[in-house]
Amino acid sequence: MRKMLAVARKEFRQIARDTRTLMILLFVPASFLLLYGYALNFDIRHVHLAVEDRDHSAESRSLISAFVNSGYFDLVATVGAGGAPPARTTVIDRLLSDAPTTIGLMDRNDVRVVLVIPPGLGRAVQTSRPTSVQVLLNGDNANTATTVMGYALTIVRSESARYLPAAAVPLISVEPRVWYNPELRSTLFLVPGLIAYIAMITAVVSTALSVVREKERGTMEQVRMAPLGAASFVVGKTIPYFLVSLASALVIIAAAMTLFGMPMRGSWALLFVALSLFLVGALGLGLLISSVADTQQVAFQMALLVSFLPTLMLSGFIFPISSMPRFLQVVTYAVPARYFLIALRGVVLKGAGLEAFGIELIALAVFAVVVLVLASARLCRQWV
Amino acid sequence: MRAFDELTFSVRQGEIFGFLGSNGAGKSTTIRMLCGLLKPTSGAATVGGIDVGRNPEGVKRRIGYMSQRFSLYEHLTVTQNITFFGGLYGLDRARLDVRRRFVIEMAGLHGREQLRAADLAGGWRQRLALGCAILHEPPILFLDEPTGGVDPLSRREFWRLIDQLSASGTTVLVTTHYLDEAEHCHRLAIIHAGRLAALGTTDELKEVFAGRAIIEVQAANPVEAMRLLDGMPEVEKTSVFGTAVHAVLKANQVDATPTLKGRLESAGLPVIAMAPVRPSLEDVFLEVVEQAG
Repeated sequence: MRKMLAVARKEFRQIARDTRTLMILLFVPASFLLLYGYALNFDIRHVHLAVEDRDHSAESRSLISAFVNSGYFDLVATVGAGGAPPARTTVIDRLLSDAPTTIGLMDRNDVRVVLVIPPGLGRAVQTSRPTSVQVLLNGDNANTATTVMGYALTIVRSESARYLPAAAVPLISVEPRVWYNPELRSTLFLVPGLIAYIAMITAVVSTALSVVREKERGTMEQVRMAPLGAASFVVGKTIPYFLVSLASALVIIAAAMTLFGMPMRGSWALLFVALSLFLVGALGLGLLISSVADTQQVAFQMALLVSFLPTLMLSGFIFPISSMPRFLQVVTYAVPARYFLIALRGVVLKGAGLEAFGIELIALAVFAVVVLVLASARLCRQWV
Repeated sequence: MRAFDELTFSVRQGEIFGFLGSNGAGKSTTIRMLCGLLKPTSGAATVGGIDVGRNPEGVKRRIGYMSQRFSLYEHLTVTQNITFFGGLYGLDRARLDVRRRFVIEMAGLHGREQLRAADLAGGWRQRLALGCAILHEPPILFLDEPTGGVDPLSRREFWRLIDQLSASGTTVLVTTHYLDEAEHCHRLAIIHAGRLAALGTTDELKEVFAGRAIIEVQAANPVEAMRLLDGMPEVEKTSVFGTAVHAVLKANQVDATPTLKGRLESAGLPVIAMAPVRPSLEDVFLEVVEQAG
């Protein structure tokens, strides 16, 4: 016990002495979060919109302002005569034609959407006759186009509802309610994934490197000469990295809550349990790598390979597991981040409890036990 | 792969026992086996009365080990290194305090306690590594090429410490390929190609030349002298020794020196000095290795 603590204390001192590593462990993850959190954003805002209003009625103006006030669209051009002067035209536009054309705007990527309001909209609305408006979309990015189309449909539908007498509501209607993330902000979906991803990489890389460094520098041999079991060495070495990665993960979670408005709807204790199990598994993976690799370079590459790619691609972080081909779905069962993500999203976004992700916690524990057993078996054999 | 065959020897308490051999001869492997880091394919070893194969932990508790690379933690200070290794050997706080002072004193590290190991000069680091290896006062100390890359003055200081430890009853096993260091050993084992080629005190080892004389020749042109001597029937073999040539004479040719000198001079090679000498450890080593094939 005293020997194990001696290893742990030494490791702490080494981490503390090695300011560079400490900074990397504590703050790089948080800055990763900022980087990915802001860059990885599937929400679409500030879509450039052009309007061709052939009606010029109170109703058509009201529809246009509904688009602008939604916050998703920026009105940058007006097609056709009359109306407000175009907000953004280039000198070349003016040279080529008196007013911008729909095709011109679309071709030059000045706008992504054109709203065409036919003449007679106002009259149709006043007399409660069905009518329609046209929305032209640039489909070069199918995802964006789909999302924008959704926005446009929602705005037009709610605009149209304003004019309908209450009695004329359709008999069956859908009233969608998006739970846990009513505004469908993709950050709320991505941030838990980022937390898993960053915590995984930090834990695996730091543990793997710390053991292999001792092999490289020859201190491992000195330690093996001491009457100290492999278990005491491994546990003593893991404790500091467990605490540091826990601290690092909590820093990321704090950053996610303050900067990205990630809620915390469930129990902190459960979050802590899930995080600990996940980190222990990651540390075990790092140890397993260190029992295979002999140089820090090899260890680093292996650590990235086993932590980075699976966590990014196969955990359901970005790509839903259910839409993967069958054999890949099977592979995902070996990716601990898959279980951690379910638990993390469950606690944080849904406020769910053990009944929702008890199985996942067990899976995390199993993973941790398996890798730790494998790693210590290998290390013990090398230790003798 | 089979690194060795048949290596049998015993070391007495308080003795400085040297393993001499060229690189790759199996010196380090022997030490690693004795420390329980490697398992021999067959045979047994007893260290400090304990069977290495059965109880490697027990052996580890009784030995200190210092390797050629002075395996200290470079980012940690002198004190932190001592504390860590003390902890590894399970020293309690009071004993650690006593031993820390002893090691600082022994290694002459006063005032350098807060320096990082990486910032110490070679000699200090080497003595700190030695200190860390004997924190738990082991009765047996293994030194694996302890003085590689250290200046001659620090080496001498280091050997003074080793002599002290031996005098106070510590058994020291040391591997080296420095022949001047081997002279410090009470007994030597010469290892060649994984075999024990010779074993004994320096004087006993020199018996390998019993009945044969060694003549040291100082000549203006050593290369020419070697060529001429090699052609003479009384001469068994020659080797370069510093600026001189050592010629080993065949058995019962002890009195051949004047004859050889005359022949060299008549061949037109001025001889500065030529006299029988006692075999040096280097002569012994070369002879033993050659005999071992």
